[in-house]
Amino acid sequence: MSAVHEDDVLLGLIRGSLDHCVKCTICETHCPYSNATSLFPGPKYVGPQAERFRTGEEVTPDASVDYCSSCGICTKVCPQGVHIAEINTRAKAKLAEAEGVPLRNQLLGRPDKLGALGTPVAPLANWTLANRPLRALAQKILGIHRDAALPTFAGTTFQRWAKRHTAPPEATKEVVFFHGCGTNYYEPDLGEKTVAILEHNGFKVTVPKQGCCGLPLQSNGIFPAGRAYSKRLAKHLAPHAREGKAIVGVATSCTLMVKREAREILGLDEDPDVRVVSEHTFDICEFLLDLHDRGELRTDFQPVEEVVAYHAPCQQQGHNIGKPALDLFALVPGLETVEMHSHCCGIGGTYGLKEEKRQISLDVGADLFAQVREADPTIVACDSETCRWHIEKETGVTNLHPVEILHRAYGL
Amino acid sequence: MKWDVIVAGAGTAGLTAAVRAAQSGKKVLVLAKGAGATHLAPLTIDVLGYAPERVESPLASLGGFLADNPDHPYARTGEAAIGEALAWFSDVMAETYPYTGGLERNILLPSAIGAWRPSALVPVTMAEGDLRRDEPMVIVGLRQLKDFHPALLADNLQRAGVPARAVELDIEFDRVDVSTVGLARALDRPEVRSLLAAQLAVRLRSGERVGFPAALGLRHAHTVWSELQDRLGRPVFEIPTVPPSVPGLRVDRILTDALRAAGGRVILGSEIVGAQPDAGGVTVRAKAAARDIEHRADWLVLATGGFAEGSIMLDADWRARETVLDLPLAHVPAAGEARFVPDYFDVQPMARVGVAVDAGLRPVGPDGSRVHERVLVAGASIGGAVPWKEHSGEGISVTTGYHAAGQIAPKASPSVGTRAAA
Repeated sequence: MSAVHEDDVLLGLIRGSLDHCVKCTICETHCPYSNATSLFPGPKYVGPQAERFRTGEEVTPDASVDYCSSCGICTKVCPQGVHIAEINTRAKAKLAEAEGVPLRNQLLGRPDKLGALGTPVAPLANWTLANRPLRALAQKILGIHRDAALPTFAGTTFQRWAKRHTAPPEATKEVVFFHGCGTNYYEPDLGEKTVAILEHNGFKVTVPKQGCCGLPLQSNGIFPAGRAYSKRLAKHLAPHAREGKAIVGVATSCTLMVKREAREILGLDEDPDVRVVSEHTFDICEFLLDLHDRGELRTDFQPVEEVVAYHAPCQQQGHNIGKPALDLFALVPGLETVEMHSHCCGIGGTYGLKEEKRQISLDVGADLFAQVREADPTIVACDSETCRWHIEKETGVTNLHPVEILHRAYGL
Repeated sequence: MKWDVIVAGAGTAGLTAAVRAAQSGKKVLVLAKGAGATHLAPLTIDVLGYAPERVESPLASLGGFLADNPDHPYARTGEAAIGEALAWFSDVMAETYPYTGGLERNILLPSAIGAWRPSALVPVTMAEGDLRRDEPMVIVGLRQLKDFHPALLADNLQRAGVPARAVELDIEFDRVDVSTVGLARALDRPEVRSLLAAQLAVRLRSGERVGFPAALGLRHAHTVWSELQDRLGRPVFEIPTVPPSVPGLRVDRILTDALRAAGGRVILGSEIVGAQPDAGGVTVRAKAAARDIEHRADWLVLATGGFAEGSIMLDADWRARETVLDLPLAHVPAAGEARFVPDYFDVQPMARVGVAVDAGLRPVGPDGSRVHERVLVAGASIGGAVPWKEHSGEGISVTTGYHAAGQIAPKASPSVGTRAAA
């Protein structure tokens, strides 16, 4: 297996898009990472420019692409349609293939394995992660920064809850829930709340066997294993998609991975399972707002007297669906919402956990943290779990997924 | 989602239309393939700079110019709309990034290479660079800054009779390769501008005004500029640079903030792949992750640009096509007519190609009748102008963007002042 995939029909299209680059530098003005560190010279430099040197056996002119977080903002702002983030993440994979992947990145790339390891021994695992000397040791040995926010194991899994859960008999519609690793191992209550909301709206919620979407492996440049993960997840979900059911996800990075990145970055566009799952997948807020647009969302919301600062993370913005969470919040009486306007919190999935990238992560997030402080909210709402953990640690404000606020408003 | 207005394009025209519509209470969605030309343009509001001789007063020259160019976008909106639009734009910018000037007299500013640029409305941070004034100029560059050459600029100004000299500073940044955006961000920090002022002060001669690359702060430009004036004890002005354009980024941020404050939404990276207008509105299909998404609105403002933005395409058979709605185009050279002329810097016949519109900025067919009632066109999508030659690009964008929003909300928004630029 190699970083370049034999069935990768999009490679030509994505690589070919670099010819549309007019060197306008719009991507560089928006890149949160190159603006925070001189170690990353910017998306244009490592992307459309350096890509011309990555021919045949040439890997990359330099290793600076490792400092790209793959947040995808460059592709989003490019007025010429150049697939900058896709080119850069693929370049990262070629670099990883040529130079090897450190143990740390191998571990961070596999949240499912970490989750399965930590869950049965959650008290010990959580004690270890909270223990200062041990975190210092982990920094020394593994290179995971001791101050970076790591989640707490729930000690049980969402899957276990889902197996015991019985759906209300009056459900007339059916939906499939893609919960992701964060919900399964760290925030099972988020999954329970999501199911409650969907059931409240008349859905029978199916929770099939599922695994990691492969995004952390992809971001760390480990494409062969990432593809295996992506295909395995798609295989579990595809039968439901083929029955025409909607697959609803609560982790916005993972739903974006399933919708687009597995196809365009990992090169799995021709995989029939990946494709059909992609076409049927929705982010939870997107799904709920679609229901509302059709007049099918229950709006029996109780007042929620909170000030919510809403941050749409870069991966949520990658869906190109706007900010449905804001429209859903507008339905809740009493809720005061302040829209944050920052591209990225700086965590970049596993990026900000890494010792050498910790300060960059904080510098990238500084703008958002300042906005949060200025808004002085009681809650920060954000669609991605790694962002929530990071923002909560750095601002001290409770972070929730938007559906947790809706759950409260429904009084469920 | 159902919107009152969808604006296609996030450049100056699109954002102007979006902000004005949103401030009048409309629910507005901006859809764009990517960030707009605000990131590249200096965002001085050039209304009419050459007609074809250099224009001293747009107000005095517009009548004659429009008599010669009856199909110009300004002829569609009417002259009055220009003044109203400029006053509105000034109001939106006033709080954090004020502009000065108006239609009565063009301000002559140095360009990035020291040519003369006539502009009607300019950021206050640039106004002291007026080339009609006598004080000598010192143009300040930074050794670390790419694409800004103070000696070239000063030489060209000298050649045109403006007393000017160059000074190059050497300030250490943590970046090897500093762009104007990097410099602007650095100068938002008080300690960096202290350092700059201290290094520069000793190299200034009495009576000189000081020209900097337009990178004096990104978020706090007005503060940075006035602080440098105070510290150096003399007039300071910014000179627009090659892209990335810091002044454009400032305007982009202010307009986007104003849009957000008025409840508007922006989706970038979402190219429109189709649109279906009907009597009650428009259904727009745009690219999104995994599938196209349909957005519905009562109105569509098309501000996607012209040839340069890829919004009008010319095929191998010389057929020009507007890419979103296939709207009728005007000024396409007919078979047998010259499409291009030999002098590169002459007005090229192809340059005027664009959507044909009426006074209400609705697209019209060859017979002048409206093809869509609920579609409005703004900015470089409209045909009949040669903005680079006329120095009219931003003027057209602000005027048509403002005027388009006015068609949606015929009762002008309360924020429109009577402070006419005229």
